[in-house]
Amino acid sequence: MTYFLIFISAVFVNNIVLTQFLGVQSIFDVSKRINSAVRFTAVVALIMTVSSVLIYFIQTLVLQPYGLEYLRTLAFIVLIVGLVQLTGFTFKSISKSWFMNYEIYRPHLTANCVILGVALLSINKNYDLSEYIVFAVSSAFGFGLVSLIFAGIQEQLKLLNLPKRMEGLPIILIAAGLLAMAFMGFVGIAK
Amino acid sequence: MKDSNNNILTKGLIKNNPLLVLALGMCPALATTTSGINGLGMGLATWFVLLCSNITVSLLKNIIPEKAKLPAHLIIIANFVTIAEILIQAYWPDLHDNLGIYIPLIVMNCLILGRAEVFASGHSVFKSALDALGMGLGFTLALTLLGVIREFMGTGKTFGNIVFPGEYGALLFVLAPGAFITLGFLIAGMNKLKKQS
Repeated sequence: MTYFLIFISAVFVNNIVLTQFLGVQSIFDVSKRINSAVRFTAVVALIMTVSSVLIYFIQTLVLQPYGLEYLRTLAFIVLIVGLVQLTGFTFKSISKSWFMNYEIYRPHLTANCVILGVALLSINKNYDLSEYIVFAVSSAFGFGLVSLIFAGIQEQLKLLNLPKRMEGLPIILIAAGLLAMAFMGFVGIAK
Repeated sequence: MKDSNNNILTKGLIKNNPLLVLALGMCPALATTTSGINGLGMGLATWFVLLCSNITVSLLKNIIPEKAKLPAHLIIIANFVTIAEILIQAYWPDLHDNLGIYIPLIVMNCLILGRAEVFASGHSVFKSALDALGMGLGFTLALTLLGVIREFMGTGKTFGNIVFPGEYGALLFVLAPGAFITLGFLIAGMNKLKKQS
């Protein structure tokens, strides 16, 4: 039941994109079409899950016992950058077209609030390892959900005849605001 | 005179405002501007990190190898973010509680990383510092503006001082949707200004 509540909370109630604003930038840039949104989410989910497991071990085995918590930003950054690089090598050895796609997303992965943000959020919540993994997976799911909805919205927005100064980012932001308003309807289901 | 010092200093204010024109650093801008003072605090913290990282990157630009540029820059930025976090925790504990996880997330701010990659790694120390001052000022002003508007619309206060007493205010503007909508209209207004000039 706890796991289920964590899932509902991370996907709907405290959605990382719409209420915590993590990864807003990458969603606006990447999910312009549905299939690129799916691919990007898959990579984010992979890195997020692996990194949060590693970060859990760093936090509990290295930083906490030795009182080095103030170094967490530095430690996590080094880990995430390394992981993004490593995923690139892995994809390169698997297939060329995967690697080409991955290279496009790489700047969005390295300079992305989502992965670091989820790690920091779950540290503040004092989860144990299994809850950590559930939280990371469901956060990735919530990210994917919003990114899919946004890809749909952006495809529709292209068909609109808008005033010149509202085109592009302004209308996307306002659409995001309306979507966030819709997600506020879930408040109260879980903490 | 495209690269004159004056131009470097002032281009971040309006013409290339990092938040309202280049749309960099949107994540902290949306998350922390629930009130004017929070926006100002976040802006100043980002400004500090930007200035320090730009100067350091520019000093080390001949030492850092081309291939290790991005990780090296990230580590430099992470160092200054850690310093900023400890300073804020020591001197402004209230602000530290309000900003929460968004202080460590300054590391991932595209503005700082972008300036390090695009500007500081190819220019002299003095020019990089000027660039950081201008861009940081533009970002801080934009964040404060966003925070003041949201605080005023949401609670009827500016910087904590009551302007409209009582039940005035649409709470929506302090919550998440208000952040998106306010920033959307601000950018639209900026587009109009840019077209006129």
